[in-house]
Amino acid sequence: MIFKIVWENVRFRPLRTFLSVLLIAVPVMLILTLVGISTGFIEDSKKRSMGIGADILVKPPGSSLMSFSNTSMPEALIGAFGKEPHVVQATGTVVAPIGGFDSVTGIDPAAFEKMSGGFTFDEGTSFQGRYDILVDSFDAQQRHVRAGGTVHDVLNRDWHVAGIVEPGKLAHLFVQMPVLQELLGYEKHVSQIYLKLDDTRNTHEVIDALKKKYEGYGIWAVADLKTLLSFDNIPLLRNFIRVIIGIGVVIGFAVVSLSMYMAVLQRTREIGILKSLGATKGFVMSLILAEAFCLGLGGALVGIALSFVSRAIMQAVAPASLPDAIVYSWWPIAGGIAMGAALLGALYPGMLAVRQDPIEALAYE
Amino acid sequence: MSSAIIQIRDLRKVYRTGKVSVEALRGVTLDVPAGEFVAIVGPSGSGKSTLFHIVGGLTPPTGGDVIVGGRNISAVGDAGRTELRRKYVSFVFQKFNLLPNLTARDNIRIALFIAGRSSAFDSEFENTLELLGIRTRLDHKPSEMSGGEQQRVAIARALATKPSILLADEPTGNLDSANSLAVLNLLRDLNKRLGQTILMITHNAEAAAYGDRVIQMRDGRIVS
Repeated sequence: MIFKIVWENVRFRPLRTFLSVLLIAVPVMLILTLVGISTGFIEDSKKRSMGIGADILVKPPGSSLMSFSNTSMPEALIGAFGKEPHVVQATGTVVAPIGGFDSVTGIDPAAFEKMSGGFTFDEGTSFQGRYDILVDSFDAQQRHVRAGGTVHDVLNRDWHVAGIVEPGKLAHLFVQMPVLQELLGYEKHVSQIYLKLDDTRNTHEVIDALKKKYEGYGIWAVADLKTLLSFDNIPLLRNFIRVIIGIGVVIGFAVVSLSMYMAVLQRTREIGILKSLGATKGFVMSLILAEAFCLGLGGALVGIALSFVSRAIMQAVAPASLPDAIVYSWWPIAGGIAMGAALLGALYPGMLAVRQDPIEALAYE
Repeated sequence: MSSAIIQIRDLRKVYRTGKVSVEALRGVTLDVPAGEFVAIVGPSGSGKSTLFHIVGGLTPPTGGDVIVGGRNISAVGDAGRTELRRKYVSFVFQKFNLLPNLTARDNIRIALFIAGRSSAFDSEFENTLELLGIRTRLDHKPSEMSGGEQQRVAIARALATKPSILLADEPTGNLDSANSLAVLNLLRDLNKRLGQTILMITHNAEAAAYGDRVIQMRDGRIVS
């Protein structure tokens, strides 16, 4: 019977219900979308880092795994690392940020192709001219470019698209390393060095040896990126999501509190009727909380649905910059946050309803 | 006197608003035997609504004793008065006071649910619905019913829990004369057929005449 009353109440004022559900859905969508982008970004970085085919990644001293490396390692180090025991190949890259999370990567085409197994071209060919650029298909879709076209305004100049390549190999945009070094003013320096070993089982032994010899450098096993690049290991991202969750709770709380406060005001007379029938305080409170629960549940479900809409929009508009993942494990978390905020927000209006004097409530117009 | 279902002794009620006190009841004493149909008349401010609210457990008295069905409701708190409303008394209001979102059937069922009874209508209650003439209107919402029909649903809701006492506050106040007559006849009929104790407040002398006894109130006292 409580469900029936709640259901009829929710149906009776469809606009209020719609707005409440929508406003609760927004923070749910926000949380799921940001978690999706974060996870998608991490997964994409992981996949691309592993796609190069290296066993060890070396970054300049003071670098973190997720940060853009500065281009401060002498290029000569590539040769030095290449001579270390068990290292069969070494190649360097230069990474230049170009705005937001996007970057362009300078590579030594021959060494890079040897290590990674080479690009698979969807369109066009490898570098032909000095200002040629290779674009992976995600970025090509985002920039609406094809082989033979132009990528505008990367490091303040236009680039000729030599080829469109399959995604998943280190970066979205590739140029020739000497050209990028010159443009950045870092001739003969690299941002990252990748090492391929004779046997992956030697990875940690080689890393230990390198860490002793090259103190301060960031040296990681590429295979370990799977676990190192995770939500929990990136404090900035974790804190950012916590802030968003906090905002979601506040919005959900405020929306439901306001909505239920209005509902209690609108239903003052009805609460009086229920009390005249002998409804207990618990019964009246359970009606208010049940309605808040329904609004919270509706908001959670609509929020999940909206996260698919936001994902579809991002995939259509910026598949390379905003790789989004569906993180199912966050559905109950985001839903629980919405419903918790909804129930919390309904407590005060519920207390008001419970305390209402039945005679005054029955006289309410 | 001891067989009275309602025993009121020196009942007093004072409303306080800020520093202002209003004495609504000034020592009312009254006995209502079970099965009696009592009409209470009086001008506005005479205290009849306050008496009605206290007997129905909607508000506590300031002084005196009110014993309803053997329980002294002057001595119980909010929970005790809630139990009184749930189990022993039912209301019929001037403004019908049906829940607008629910059908007539659900308006009745909610009263049964709150009283902790089965929400299925037994054959005796089906007969009452027949008597009230609303059996075919049970799946309609209040907004789809006339005032007379709404008041008959309100009476059905009040009777559903088989209360010891039916309290009716100006039950014909919002009805036209034909519907007023029908409702008064129904109350009279329910009193005679089922032995239902009824306490009815009214401004209308014709309506009051349907009672077995008419009590006149003025300035918070029973005057006749």
